[in-house]
Amino acid sequence: MFYREAGDFSTSYAEDSQTFPIKFDRYRYYLVLFLAIFVVPFMVNDYWVNSLFLPFLIYAIAAIGLNILVGYCGQVSLGTGGFMAVGAYACYKLMTSFPDVSMLIHVLIAGVITAAVGVLFGLPSLRIKGFYLAVATLAAQFFLVWLFNRVPWFYNYSASGQISAPERTFLGFNITGANTQAWATYLFCLMFVIFSAYVARNLTRGSVGRKWMAIRDMDIAAEIIGVNPLRAKLTAFAVSSFFIGISGALFFSIYLGAVEVGEVFGIQKSFLVLFMIIIGGLGSIFGSFAGAAFLVLLPVALKIVGVDWLGWPTDIVAHLQLVIVGGLIIVFLIAEPHGLAQLWRVAKEKLRLWPFPH
Amino acid sequence: MNKKLKLSTLALGAALAAGPAMAELVFPSLSYRTGPYAANGIPFADGYADYFTLLNERDGGIGGEPIRMIECETGYNTEKGVECYESTKGEGSLVYQPLSTGITYQLIPKVEADGIPMHSMGYGRTSAKDGAVFNNIFNYPANYWDGASVAIKHLLDVNGGSLEGKKIALVYHNSAYGKEPIRTLEELSKKHGFELSLLPIDHPGQEQKSQWLQIRREKPDNVIMYGWGVMNQVAVQEAANIRYPMDQFIGIWWSGSENDVRPAGDAADGYKALTFHNVGSDFPVFDDIQKFVVDAGKAAGAGDQIGTALYNRGLYAAMLAAEAAKTAQGIHDTKALTPAQMRDGMEALEITEAKMADLGLPNFGPEFKVSCENHGGNGLVAVAQWDAAADSWNLITDYVEADEEVLAPLIEEDAAAYAAEAGITPGC
Repeated sequence: MFYREAGDFSTSYAEDSQTFPIKFDRYRYYLVLFLAIFVVPFMVNDYWVNSLFLPFLIYAIAAIGLNILVGYCGQVSLGTGGFMAVGAYACYKLMTSFPDVSMLIHVLIAGVITAAVGVLFGLPSLRIKGFYLAVATLAAQFFLVWLFNRVPWFYNYSASGQISAPERTFLGFNITGANTQAWATYLFCLMFVIFSAYVARNLTRGSVGRKWMAIRDMDIAAEIIGVNPLRAKLTAFAVSSFFIGISGALFFSIYLGAVEVGEVFGIQKSFLVLFMIIIGGLGSIFGSFAGAAFLVLLPVALKIVGVDWLGWPTDIVAHLQLVIVGGLIIVFLIAEPHGLAQLWRVAKEKLRLWPFPH
Repeated sequence: MNKKLKLSTLALGAALAAGPAMAELVFPSLSYRTGPYAANGIPFADGYADYFTLLNERDGGIGGEPIRMIECETGYNTEKGVECYESTKGEGSLVYQPLSTGITYQLIPKVEADGIPMHSMGYGRTSAKDGAVFNNIFNYPANYWDGASVAIKHLLDVNGGSLEGKKIALVYHNSAYGKEPIRTLEELSKKHGFELSLLPIDHPGQEQKSQWLQIRREKPDNVIMYGWGVMNQVAVQEAANIRYPMDQFIGIWWSGSENDVRPAGDAADGYKALTFHNVGSDFPVFDDIQKFVVDAGKAAGAGDQIGTALYNRGLYAAMLAAEAAKTAQGIHDTKALTPAQMRDGMEALEITEAKMADLGLPNFGPEFKVSCENHGGNGLVAVAQWDAAADSWNLITDYVEADEEVLAPLIEEDAAAYAAEAGITPGC
């Protein structure tokens, strides 16, 4: 009834090709942005930000990055944790080497450095694909973690081998370190999320994204119609790693504050982000958000229901969570391989016809 | 996404609104009963919980104020540790004991900013001993560097006072925890002239074949281990497999529980581990635990860990927290405590033999006194040895003091580095 194209006329090409062609969608999008920027920051406290919003926002960036590579370009990667580590360590080295520079610049440069590393490890994708590429990126994962553990220069020769974020600012507000305001760290991450989602959405709609999808769907056919696989694959690796690097930098500097590479950026992290895009939906920006929200909120919600309300032992709840996440992944792979994003798409399709389906 | 977020925020809001009654002493327990470190996390968490249950049941809490313990599962994972910290700090938590060096590092700046004390007993950042820099962090009665130093002292004793030309290997968990003693051991190797080789083992520690192959090849005179969780059992088993002499194999106190040596059976006989408290259940307090906790059906977990090395350590941690709370109640002449008052209590804590005997724990740990300059106690550590036939640990030395001559400058240097990094002006 409200959700329909009828009566919504486009009078220019720009209007015709906008991201949300349906008026209702568009206003919903503006409303979400408004709430996220102008309402949430006034309502959050430390708990909300550190336990829910920061991990959700940061994982969403990582999921967008990985979705570009896996969902749009079809190059399976298990190196997410390693690339996040590159972002984190690049950010750490920059923060400690140039203390007076704004955090915004550090995080962006950390993304660029990760993009370069990503391209390097993307080179094998020109020769191999599928499982073999997954194994090659797995090597990147283990190599990078080993490197950051092994070479003391990366962690500034600290005794523990940990990196910890010193206090740094953005526009005069403390963004990292212990004395931060919940709303400031939230807004800082939100800014990167909006930027990443905006860039990713528009890249995937344009010619670059179409080339990625052509490679994904059939690389030989894509080559025949004039897509350069070298450029398409390497740009996918670069853009994907750029976002993953940003998320790694934020993950370390803003969310955790201190990081031990083997524990935080291990292989589990690669799988977690991969699960996010599988559950959320491959090849969908909305799916990246949905998957990240799902896997960040589910453990917290389970803990609150199981431990705080029902009073179950903590270990039972922790084990139950593994069972539920594992079960859900299987259910999604069988029942809805396109993830939450497909459910959303189907719902929208139904809404258009509602209340008069054929 | 939005709908889901809103629903769960509503749920969360309701959970948080249920809020605490402030007339309780809140002790959060950041435990781990799942994952590769659960074998060691469970006994500690049980001991910690049972002692507080005992105080509630027998004495009605501390100084008449009931204790509320909130357990939160971290899985030894820093992200979950942060979540646990944030979700419990609003409940009036008095002291955090995360039982993880990684989480401790994470929380040090946070607790300093929030003004909540943290007690990392025998783990965490060693230089937290310097209370002038680390106001809210305590690591009495002993720290990692004390452990490394006492291990070397014990080897000196065994080898007739000289380690000249000996080869010592350090097998360590490749994390902040395992890397802690390296600096100390390097200094000690210069002082005593032994050769140190480093063998890192990655999380979770089930893969150690290549490290033990290297030990087999190099034949070090002694192996020191800084392991945790499943890594310990695997290491003891691997050592047994290559027939490494067990009495030349020394673990830190986190590598010295029954769960670590039992899987290797008789082959583990003679394995040594450091400890900063006594072992076994031959103390009067265990009768009370049996009477008030176990028989009342209130034992934490499965109730099968009582008297094990790590259970005793959890109990000891809870006892020190309770004593600090008592001290704080005395100082501030109040029953209900704030985290800041608790901090004062911890800083004024003094453990004497008479006090421990009074608590039903005679001769359980060394005497020590905390002060503003020294948040780390005296660093007294003993060596225990596993007797596989009797299925028990036995203390084979007295409590030995660490080599302060080597440690003090290292602690000073590391604390100064932290102060410079975090912009703290040290002062008491």
